[in-house]
Amino acid sequence: MAETNLELLGRAILQRNPIALLVLGICSALAVTGSMSTAFVMSICLTLVTACSSMTISLLRNHIPNTVRIGIQITIIATLVILVDMILKAFFYDLAKQLSIYVGLIITNCIVMGRAEGFAMSNSPFKAFIDGLGNGLGYTLILMSTAFLRELLGNGTVFGQNILPLSSEGGWYEPNGMMLLPASAFFIIALIIWLIRTIHPDQQEN
Amino acid sequence: MTNDSAAKSFYTVLLLALVCSALVSGAAVGLRPRQDANEQLDQKKNILRAAGLYNGQGDINLLFSAIETKIIRLSDGTFVSKEEVDPNNFNQLKAAFNPQTGKQLPKQEDPARLNRLEKYSLIYLVHQNNTINTVILPIRGKGLWSTMYGYVALAGDLSTITGVTFYKHGETPGLGGEIENQDWQAGWQGKKIHDNQGKIVLRVVKGKVKATDQDRAHRLDGISGATLTMNGINNLLMFWFGEHGFKPFLERYKTKEGIGG
Repeated sequence: MAETNLELLGRAILQRNPIALLVLGICSALAVTGSMSTAFVMSICLTLVTACSSMTISLLRNHIPNTVRIGIQITIIATLVILVDMILKAFFYDLAKQLSIYVGLIITNCIVMGRAEGFAMSNSPFKAFIDGLGNGLGYTLILMSTAFLRELLGNGTVFGQNILPLSSEGGWYEPNGMMLLPASAFFIIALIIWLIRTIHPDQQEN
Repeated sequence: MTNDSAAKSFYTVLLLALVCSALVSGAAVGLRPRQDANEQLDQKKNILRAAGLYNGQGDINLLFSAIETKIIRLSDGTFVSKEEVDPNNFNQLKAAFNPQTGKQLPKQEDPARLNRLEKYSLIYLVHQNNTINTVILPIRGKGLWSTMYGYVALAGDLSTITGVTFYKHGETPGLGGEIENQDWQAGWQGKKIHDNQGKIVLRVVKGKVKATDQDRAHRLDGISGATLTMNGINNLLMFWFGEHGFKPFLERYKTKEGIGG
């Protein structure tokens, strides 16, 4: 089945969402969704790294021996991530200070590896790039929705801006402390998966 | 040679490892001077922010020229002359680990878990109308995962905090990492370190400081989900305003008219 590039991109974001359908990348989704700004930063980094590493691996795919492919993929991903981190530190120091803590999380993110192994190894570089981009954006979508709910219900804020006036500051909203704990992301992601699978029943597993 | 032969696997991995390591080390060496310069600029920026002289605009080096950098002896709080130790080339962290300029702290006197303490410390002074307006002190201490580095600025009475920053740490983003949050740091302004007897009473509470708390001048808002980081903050406050920290310096100059040099 041949897909156009646009279809490929769209499907990776919604129908084949890496978190909602493949249930990959949950670990980092729990860690960074406490506030929207950190989730946003993580999303951008992951999208860039997934797209670039998928493309690089796809370029080399005909020369990668099957027996050592995972090690080679990890090496390429790690190199890219370190380079990005060092360039940020040299030219965008303020941004780098916020990002560098997530760098380790990106290297171990299952989505990057999953796309390298599952798609880039058997598709052309451009298609692999589109697929990486789409998966990154799909990850962004889920992360931002989760972070939106967690930050709004847990702190009454969106991107640090006060939306619900907190009772401790004279407003009416009593923040839900559980939302600040990473485990609450489990519930929210589960609800999102439920929603998506109700809309697309073909995603349901038997 | 087929793609799956042992030799091919070996050579591919070897070649890739070489290319990748060349890229990484090339970038590390080539970008190092820029990164160092950025780091120094960032420290200056944080000193200025703690002093309330920087709000995101203006040339940092120009603004920083208004600040006088001095070195004090931590044990008795006296100033050390430029000839003895040059403040422009003094690396405080390196000094702590040098046997001549640092010492091992005994465990029970080391709540901030620094392990080693330097003999001299940098301090930064802001003058206004020939008096010292603000004193900025470097502080550090272990949080949950990492050593947290920061600056605290004191008003001329040497007990009221006018600003604080934490510029380097490895705490959990979103939880302990919120010590970087400028809204939280703003809550330090106007807090008093000492009570009327001169005891160090400033500390972080759980949750927000209540408006009805009669000790609220000595209490800082906690960050939820970051109890161990907050313990670290309490410990470093205890240490740096205590005997081994800046207490000798603060007491020496609190009683006198101001800080001479």
